[in-house]
Parts: sequence; structure tokens; C-alpha cells
Amino acid sequence: MTDKRATEDDVVAELHDGMTLGIGGWGSRRKPMSVVRAIARSDLSDLTVVSCGGPDVGLLCAAGKVAKVVFAFVSLDSIPLEPHFRAAVESRRIATVQHDEGTFYLGLQAAAWRVPFLPTRIGLGSDLFRAHPGLRTIRSPYDDGEELVAAPAIVLDAAIVHVNRGDQRGNGQFLSVDPYMDDLMLRAATKRFMSVEQIVGTEDFLAEGPVESLRLPRHLTDAVVEAPYGAHFTSCAPDYERDEAFQRQYAASAKSPEAWDAFRAKYVDLPNHAAYLAQVGLS
Amino acid sequence: MSDFSRAEVCVVACADAFRGDGEIVANPIGTIPMLGGRLARATFEPDLLLTDGEALFISNDLPIGVPDAPKVIEAWNPYRMMLEITWSGCRHVMMGATQIDRFGNQNIASIGPLDAPKVQMLGFRGAPGNTINDPTSYWVPNHSPKVFVEHVDVVTGIGYDRAGKLGSQAARFHRIPRVVSNLGTFDFETPAHTMRLRSVHPGVTVDEVVAATGFELQIPDGVPESRAPNAEELLLIRDVLDPNDMRTKEFPG
Repeated sequence: MTDKRATEDDVVAELHDGMTLGIGGWGSRRKPMSVVRAIARSDLSDLTVVSCGGPDVGLLCAAGKVAKVVFAFVSLDSIPLEPHFRAAVESRRIATVQHDEGTFYLGLQAAAWRVPFLPTRIGLGSDLFRAHPGLRTIRSPYDDGEELVAAPAIVLDAAIVHVNRGDQRGNGQFLSVDPYMDDLMLRAATKRFMSVEQIVGTEDFLAEGPVESLRLPRHLTDAVVEAPYGAHFTSCAPDYERDEAFQRQYAASAKSPEAWDAFRAKYVDLPNHAAYLAQVGLS
Repeated sequence: MSDFSRAEVCVVACADAFRGDGEIVANPIGTIPMLGGRLARATFEPDLLLTDGEALFISNDLPIGVPDAPKVIEAWNPYRMMLEITWSGCRHVMMGATQIDRFGNQNIASIGPLDAPKVQMLGFRGAPGNTINDPTSYWVPNHSPKVFVEHVDVVTGIGYDRAGKLGSQAARFHRIPRVVSNLGTFDFETPAHTMRLRSVHPGVTVDEVVAATGFELQIPDGVPESRAPNAEELLLIRDVLDPNDMRTKEFPG
């Protein structure tokens, strides 16, 4: 039986410069922040980040790890605009490839199904074609002859998601209501990493939630990291809600290079996740 | 006599945008539109489906800004299912707009040139997919020439000129039923589908709307006043749907 337990640093050791990296969650919700911080303090560079973006995108931009962001939105939810992401785009430090949420979904689905695109009406007539220069249309080969958008596959070199429960073999369980794109990201990726709030025995999953919550069978994951409060400061319902006060502190760290340096020294450049939990008073 | 607020007029105007929709998913985004959708269902559109703002359809008159309010859950609706609903054509969304032009082109992505934005905003979100697949209305709480512009910087949601160029087949599901702002209501029921002033909110003049709009609006003779909330609606808004007065917090005055 394969034991897939690993640490954040083990995950980082599997990544390399220039990779296309999918990050699960949605806005400031259920983001694998313990792994994101480990990437931020690593010597990785030139990453392409694919995300329903939140502070994962902002933090990695601020840490200088990102060459390109592939996104339909980047938001902190209760703070609509992500200040570090804004700064990176407006100073032209990073490139962007923009999507509609639907072409983002279809692109991951296409990659998961190993087809080059999926057809849709999404994008017709809009400036998505300017914001995503690789976007093409395709004419239906059937009698309708309709011209549609060919939403291109979003193929990921690696994906990282954070869910509520997992076991040491790499099965994962969502207790939160919305899986977002997490399962699709794992299916669209070559290397698949999952952090979880808690590792439980396989036989204990159904005491945690219904069978329908077991949406990540272990063939979708290569490693599982146990990270209590691993999504902090984003939400990980029902285990915990977003830490709004901390999020405001994070957002304020975009106000000046000095503010970011101070935030980074205090909360990012730490030996490990346990040290972070001690720093934010959660251990 | 005015024993209702501008915010309450806007709630009713948003509710009226969903009038006649029947058993579809109404997806109003933002405090005032969400109150409007819930008010519409509590009164004249009882079959609308509405979310709790996240991944559940709720059948009760859920108040906004009351985190622990009991929910009667009708169905599970994670984001991916909402996108599929959009593509299947049974949804009417009311989005915001940082910029909107006379044809109803909307921008929520960025201000300035697309390749060198002065202000990076949210991104395209679901706007291209919403506007090509389903009726899409807009809510603008800060009507000004900076929002109602001659040309939007980035077309996220497509307007009638873009839809027209796509042709009647590709754009057959495109429709912008209503724009509601803090000053009035607007539609595109004109020969060239350019924006028309449909009504002015009580206390607002046509000249004020014209001055706050950066393009030439179609102004019919005798623009009516926006519908005032009736007693039942005021009771529902104040006592049931928004007991903590979130509407005034979002939108004073």
C-alpha cells in the first residue's frame, strides 16, 4: 500500500522553474496557503499560475515567483480587488491570459479528457479574443454550420488543492459545499498534490461526511500533506471561516515595499507550517 | 411625500427587471439586486430560483446580512453547475458594470489599454458567457459619465452592436432586459438598440440623468417616474429581507 504523506517542502521539491501550476479554491476560499507560502519562500521562479484567483495569486506575485497568470478573476471576495495582483499587472511585472469562468472550466475539462478544446458560445463578440490571444473559433461540421469558440485545453504541469479530509493513501474528501474546480485541476495535471485539514483513517471518512463528499479518489493524487488551518487566512468551511482581520493585514502589505517586506518576514519566511501556525496564534 | 428611500426604489426597480421570468434562475449580484430578486419572488414571481449567494438554492425569503438565518435548501448549485445553467439558457443574471456604453457593452476587467491597464479590476468573470447565452441586466450604484461612457475600454459583456455583428444565429440568445442605476431605469427598446431612459427615480430630473451620462441617451417624450415601492414591498424589504438595513449601507440616500 502506498503511503503518500508528504510535507509542503516535499511538494516544492517536485516543482521546477517555468512550470504551469494550477491552484485550487476560489477567490479567498479553500486555498492551499501552506503550500503557496512554501513556494513563495523557495527559489522557484517564472511560474505560470492557473487559478480562480485569490491571495494565492497575489502572494506569489508579490514574492516574485510568477511570470504569467491565467485567470477569469482574481479577488479576495470581501476585498473585491487583490492588491498584490493589481500591483503586479499595473507595473507590467507579469503577463496575463484571461478567461471567462466558463472557458476556464471547459479548458480544464478538455485537458482532463485529453482533447485539445471544447466548443462553446462563450466569448463570441467579446474582447476575450484580445485578452487571450491564443483563442480560436471553429465551425460546426454539422448542418447548422455554426461558428463557435474552441475553448483551449488548459494543461497543467502540476496542481495543488486543499480539501477538508484525506487519508494517507491520497483519497480526498470535500466537506465544504462547493468543490470549485479542484477535482478538474487534479485531472488536468501531470503532478497532483493535495493538502488536507486532517488525515483520517479510510474507514472513518463516512463519519465525517456523506459518500457524495468522497470526490477525490486516490488515483488523482500523488502526495497528501496534512496541514491543519492549511487554507488560513482563506476560508475552509465547515472547519473555519475566512480570517477577515488577517486578510486586511495581508491586503495592507501591498501599500509599500516596506510593508510587504515586514509581512513577508513575519508570515512567509518561516521554517514550516507549524511555525506559521505559532506565529498567527493557531497552534 | 416620500416615505421610502432611493435604495428602496432601486430594490423595486431591480425586482421589476425579473418580472415575467417565471421558473428560471435569477442571479442578481450585489446587495440591491439580490434584494430585488428576493422581493420579486416574494411577490409577483414566485417560481424564480434564487441562491443564498453561494452554492445553494434556497426556497425561503432569506434575509441578507444575517449570517445565521435559517435556510430552506431546494437544491445544490456549486459554481460549475451555475455555469452549466448559464449555457443551457435558463438564467437571468444582473451584474455590475464599471463601464457601460450606449449599446450595453460592459466592462469589469480593467481600465485603460488592455495590454497596459491603468487599473486591473476583477477580470472577465462570467460576462462573455452570460451575455451570449442568457438575458443579462446591469446594476450601477454610481451613475456618472465615468461609468456611462461613449466606449468601454474592454468589452467583457457584449452589447447590441457586437451582437448585431455576430448575426442573428450566433447572437440569438443575447438580450439586455434592463439597466438600473441610482438615478433611473434604462432599456434598449429602440430601433437601433441604443440605450433609452425608461424612468427616472423619484426626486431625479431627466436633465440630471443626461448630465451624468457620457453618451447620448434616447429620451422619449414624457419620461415616467420609476415605480414607488408599495406598502407590502416596503414591509418585505424592511422587516423580512433586509432587517439590518444593508441596502442603506451599500447605498446611502
